[in-house]
Amino acid sequence: MAQEFWRWKEYNWRDPEESWNKAKMLTAGVDVGSVSTQAAVMADGQLCAFASMRTGSDSPDSARKAMDWALRETGLTLDRIRYVIGTGYGRVNVPFAHRTITEIACHARGANFMYGPNVRTVLDMGGQDCKAIRCDEKGKVSAFLMNDKCAAGTGRGMEVFADLLSVPLEQIGDLSYEVDQEPQPVSSTCVVFAKTEAVGLLRKGWPKNNVLAAYCSAMAHRVYTLLERLGVEGDFGITGGIAKNSGVVKRLEKELNLKALTPRYDPQIAGAVGAALFAHTLAQKEATA
Amino acid sequence: MITAGIDMGAKTTKAVILRDGNVIARALTFTGFDQKEAAEKALADALAQAALNRSDVARTFATGVGRQQASFANGSMTEMAADTKGSLLLNNKLRTVIDVGAEEGRAMKCTAEGKVTDFAVNEKCAAGAGSFVEAMSRALELPLEKMGEMSLRSKNAVAMNAQCTVFAESEVVSLVHAKTPKEDIVRALHDAIANRIVSMARRVGVEESVGLVGGVGYNIGFVDALRRCLEVESVWVPEQPEYVGAIGAAVAAAEAA
Repeated sequence: MAQEFWRWKEYNWRDPEESWNKAKMLTAGVDVGSVSTQAAVMADGQLCAFASMRTGSDSPDSARKAMDWALRETGLTLDRIRYVIGTGYGRVNVPFAHRTITEIACHARGANFMYGPNVRTVLDMGGQDCKAIRCDEKGKVSAFLMNDKCAAGTGRGMEVFADLLSVPLEQIGDLSYEVDQEPQPVSSTCVVFAKTEAVGLLRKGWPKNNVLAAYCSAMAHRVYTLLERLGVEGDFGITGGIAKNSGVVKRLEKELNLKALTPRYDPQIAGAVGAALFAHTLAQKEATA
Repeated sequence: MITAGIDMGAKTTKAVILRDGNVIARALTFTGFDQKEAAEKALADALAQAALNRSDVARTFATGVGRQQASFANGSMTEMAADTKGSLLLNNKLRTVIDVGAEEGRAMKCTAEGKVTDFAVNEKCAAGAGSFVEAMSRALELPLEKMGEMSLRSKNAVAMNAQCTVFAESEVVSLVHAKTPKEDIVRALHDAIANRIVSMARRVGVEESVGLVGGVGYNIGFVDALRRCLEVESVWVPEQPEYVGAIGAAVAAAEAA
């Protein structure tokens, strides 16, 4: 089978200190997105394990697999988790969740954890949507704008380009800076038309890296307009898969004239982390009620 | 009098030769990378068909997204004007002309004299253009020319959530996995693009008769979806609907005398 360039690395992580052994309470969040699914486990409100993988065609199955993978090698079983919250596009498909919370709320809360209480604007660049969120020092949402209608400015658009140019998704960011001069951004908004435009550029003799640069800056500009409409207030943090693509992030920072914060963990798991934190709060409330 | 019209579209370039109001030859070539070369080739092919020389042509007009590249043309015009002129030559009862091409959708309202009174265009998003149907044909592994007839056999309306072509591709794959009959999926796709086109056409106001031109006119499933969505008795489609813009340019070249 041909190499699938859009395919990013699925992996799991656990705290080397094995903090779950001493924890009074374990909670979890599962973020079933349209493209990826993450499960995060919290030991007394601190991250102790997570897994990130691709969403399959069966959402309940994807939720279960991500949870199992996060717990693997910790010696924990699902019944040890006091409270589970489902979030994301497929949040109703988390069979073992106690309740669901929207991904907007979870991303803001997760960003608050990853970036600290000073974060006021969160940009979540997901697989099939993009959200600009404003929040307070507790990670509570005060306003948001979202695009979930159009692939431009989403991870899916970047996957299409990875495939078109045969460049692994993780390398796009670095390669997009290996150019003599920053090219004009791709002018088409629509991903389908941008693809045609890119093929034209390649035929004209543009090196691959220049096309990548042109697409990254088009995407940066696309999400910039969303942020501008919402109004940006510092500090600023990015979550979701594209947060790991320096090709988009650095160009966006330049356009915004504002640096994005550095996350404590993989920014793609912010939604699941937020859900797990809500689970922690709710479980505590239940315990004292 | 003999005139020529060239329509330089995003995907294909068309040329027609018009003699005293009758189309006597037509040729099509892929636009490819060199638009000027494509225009030259289409015109040469059409002339060869009519057994004419370049010097027999009184005037040549160009239209289409790449019309500036046809430097040899004597004049140029917008796609809206060309579509309307071409359509009215073939059917003078038309008051609304819809053109669905490879990368653009357009709706024009016109007078009996063929004057465009209002128009709307979508060139930003593939969801309202032929590219959408092409992408879906790939996703369904179904030849483009079979989609029309297949969708007419559908018994069930299934809902499509995605508007974006890229997202619709994944939705189609999910529907296939869920064992949804292909004819129902294809009908849902035609309904989706018809909805997009009609909401654009309603912005200019739809007046009968309605005509459909552009390559997507070959798709009888889409024509049916468009008719249902517009809530009109019928939608007129000419033979070889992709040539109408070029015909309009040739008509304008004749009128310029």
